[in-house]
Amino acid sequence: MDIYIAIIVTLVGAASPILIAALGELVVEKAGVLNLGVEGMMLVGAIAGFAGQYYTGNPYFALLCGAFAGAATSLIFGFLTLSLSANQTATGLALTIFGTGFSALAGAPFSARPIELMRPLFPLELATHPILRVIFGYAAPVYFSFIMVFAVWYFLKKTRAGLILRAVGENDLSAHSIGYSVIGVRYAAVLFGGAMAGIAGACFPLLLTPQWAERMTAGRGWIAVALVVFASWRPFRLLAGAYLFGLVMTMELYAKAGGGPLSVIPSELWAALPYLATIVVLVLISIRRDASSNAPACLGRPFLPSN
Amino acid sequence: MTLSRRSFVKISGAAAAVLPFLGTKAFAQGEKLKVGFIYVGTINDNGYNYAHNQGRLYLEEQLGDAVETTYVENVPEGPDCERVLRELAQQGNKLIFATSFGFGDSVIKVAQQFPEVKFEHATGYMKADNVGLYNARFYEGRAVCGTIAGHLSQTGKAGYIGSFPIPEVVMGINSFVLAARKVNPDFTIKPVYISTWNDPAKEADAARAMIDQGIDVIAQHTDGPAALQVAQERGIVGGFGQGADMSAFAPETQLTSIIDHWGPHYAASAQAVIDGTWTAGDTWEGLKDDVVQIGPYGPKVTDEVKAAAEAVRTGQIDGSFMIFTGPIKDNTGAERVPAGVSMTDAELLSMDWYVEGVEQPA
Repeated sequence: MDIYIAIIVTLVGAASPILIAALGELVVEKAGVLNLGVEGMMLVGAIAGFAGQYYTGNPYFALLCGAFAGAATSLIFGFLTLSLSANQTATGLALTIFGTGFSALAGAPFSARPIELMRPLFPLELATHPILRVIFGYAAPVYFSFIMVFAVWYFLKKTRAGLILRAVGENDLSAHSIGYSVIGVRYAAVLFGGAMAGIAGACFPLLLTPQWAERMTAGRGWIAVALVVFASWRPFRLLAGAYLFGLVMTMELYAKAGGGPLSVIPSELWAALPYLATIVVLVLISIRRDASSNAPACLGRPFLPSN
Repeated sequence: MTLSRRSFVKISGAAAAVLPFLGTKAFAQGEKLKVGFIYVGTINDNGYNYAHNQGRLYLEEQLGDAVETTYVENVPEGPDCERVLRELAQQGNKLIFATSFGFGDSVIKVAQQFPEVKFEHATGYMKADNVGLYNARFYEGRAVCGTIAGHLSQTGKAGYIGSFPIPEVVMGINSFVLAARKVNPDFTIKPVYISTWNDPAKEADAARAMIDQGIDVIAQHTDGPAALQVAQERGIVGGFGQGADMSAFAPETQLTSIIDHWGPHYAASAQAVIDGTWTAGDTWEGLKDDVVQIGPYGPKVTDEVKAAAEAVRTGQIDGSFMIFTGPIKDNTGAERVPAGVSMTDAELLSMDWYVEGVEQPA
C-alpha cells in the first residue's frame, strides 16, 4: 500500500511541471502560434526561480521570478515571429538554444549552492494518513496545475476572450477583418505560454531537486510540446497525457529499483511505453478525422494581412 | 528524448562554430603549448566534469606561462565529438584530453588525421601511437565507501544509481559491495541504470524510488549531487559524494566523498610534451598516487567506522589490501576468482559481471 502512495507522490512531482508547460503551449498554439522554445523558456524560468529562492527564501516569489523570466524570454520569440514575421519553427528552436545558453551563463555563479525545497501547501498534520497524503501532500504548483487545467478549458470554451483567441488561431484574416488585433492576441498568448513555461521550469529547483544544474529540465520541454499534439489541443486530455507520461517515467525507475509486484512489468517495457503510446495516439488521430481537425488551422503561419 | 539530443547537437555545433575565434596563433617550438580539453557535461556539475576542470586549472597553475588551455563542455558522445576534436587540433592544440569514455571512437579517428597532435583519453581502452590512456582507480575509493556503508546501513540494503552498464561503473558497484560484505555478509545492493550522466530530476526520482523500497544508503555513478540531496531530504542513513566533495548539498548525510584529483597527471603529461618525452602511455593511478582522494568524513561516521575506513584506505596505499582478491563469487553463485588471487587490470577493465550481493539490474 505505502509503495503505491509513494509512487503516486513521485509521479505527481514528475508530471506537474510538464502539465504546466504544456497548458501554456496549448493556449499559444490555439492562437495559431507554434513556439518550440518551451525547453529554453523552462530553463530560463528554472534559473530565475532558483535565484529567487536563493536570495529571498520565498518560494512564491521564486515562482513569480520564474514566470516573469519565462514571459520575458517569450517576448523575444513574440517580437521576431509576430512583429517581424520570422519563421516560427526556426525561431522556436533558436529560443531553446538561447535559453539553454543563457541559463547556463546566468547560473554559473550558483553552482554548488543548495536551496530549500518548497514546503507542501497544507499543514503536515493534514497529510499524516497515506490517503490524505495523496490529496494534501504537495506544494502549491501541483494544485496550481490542476486549477489551470480547468481555467484554460473554461477560458477557451466558455469565454468571449477565448472565442476570439480561437478565432485568431483558426482564421487570422477573418478575425482581422472584423476588427480583432491578431498580433495583439497572439502576443498575449505567447506571453502566457512563456510565463507558464517559466513556472514549470522553476518547479525543477523548487520541487524536484533543490540545486541549479545546467540543462536540468533535460528535454521535458519537448515532451510538453509533444503532449499538446498528443492531447489534440484539449486541456483534459493534456491532463491525462501528462499523467500518463509521468506514470511511465516514474514506473520505469520504481520497477528497476524494486522487486515483488512492481517488477511484473519489465522496466524496459515501461521505458518504451511513452513511444508506444505516442504511436497509438497518432494512429487513432489519423483514423478519427475529427481529432486531427482540432488542430488550429493557422498553426505556425505568420500573419501577413497585406497579402 | 531524441529532440533533446538534437538540441545538444545544435548547441555544441554553435560552440564549435565560435571556437576558431578563440585562438589562432600557430604552435611553434618555444611558444606556449596549447592544451585542449573536452568534457561530456558542464564544468558546473559539482562532480565528474567539475573535477576534470579543476585538473585543468591545476595544470595552468603549475606550468604557468608555458601552457595555454582551452576547454569545450557539453560535448555529446558520438559523431559530434569528432568535429569538436578536429576543431581543437586545427587551432593548434598539441595535447588534447578527451575526458569521457564514449569519446573513444572519435579520438582514434581524429588522431589518425593529426599524427603530430597528442591525445589522451580518460577511462578508455583503445590506444594508438599518439593516443594515450589515463584512468583513475575509482574502485579504490568505492571500497572505502562500501566499508562505511557496511557498518552504518541498518537495513543492509543500499541503492546505487548508475549511468550505463560499462565496466567502469560495474567495477565500482562490485568494489562497493565486496567491501560492504566484508563488514556485513548479508549486505545487498540494487543498481538502477538511468541511461544518462546528467538529468538531476531523474537521478532524484531514482533515489526516491529506491528509498521508498527500503534502502538506507545510496551511492551514485552519475555526475551530480541530486541523489545525495534526496537522501538528506528523506533522512536516510547516508550517501556519498562522487567526483568532488558534495557536503554543501547534504551536510549531515554525506558520509564521505570520492574526489578525482586529475591535476598532477595533466601537469605531468603537458610537461612531457614540452620536454619532447611524451609517449602514448596507459596510466591507471589511484589513492597511492593521489589521483583518487577520500574527502572529509561526515558527522554520522563514528570513530570506529572511521578507523575501519582508514584501514581500507591506507591498505590500498601501501599495497597490503586489494579489494578484488579472491575468493569472489558472481551473483549466480559461481566462483570467478579463486582464493588468494587478485584480478588483473585487464580483467577489471573488461568486467561485465556482478559479484555476490548485487541484484541483477532490471
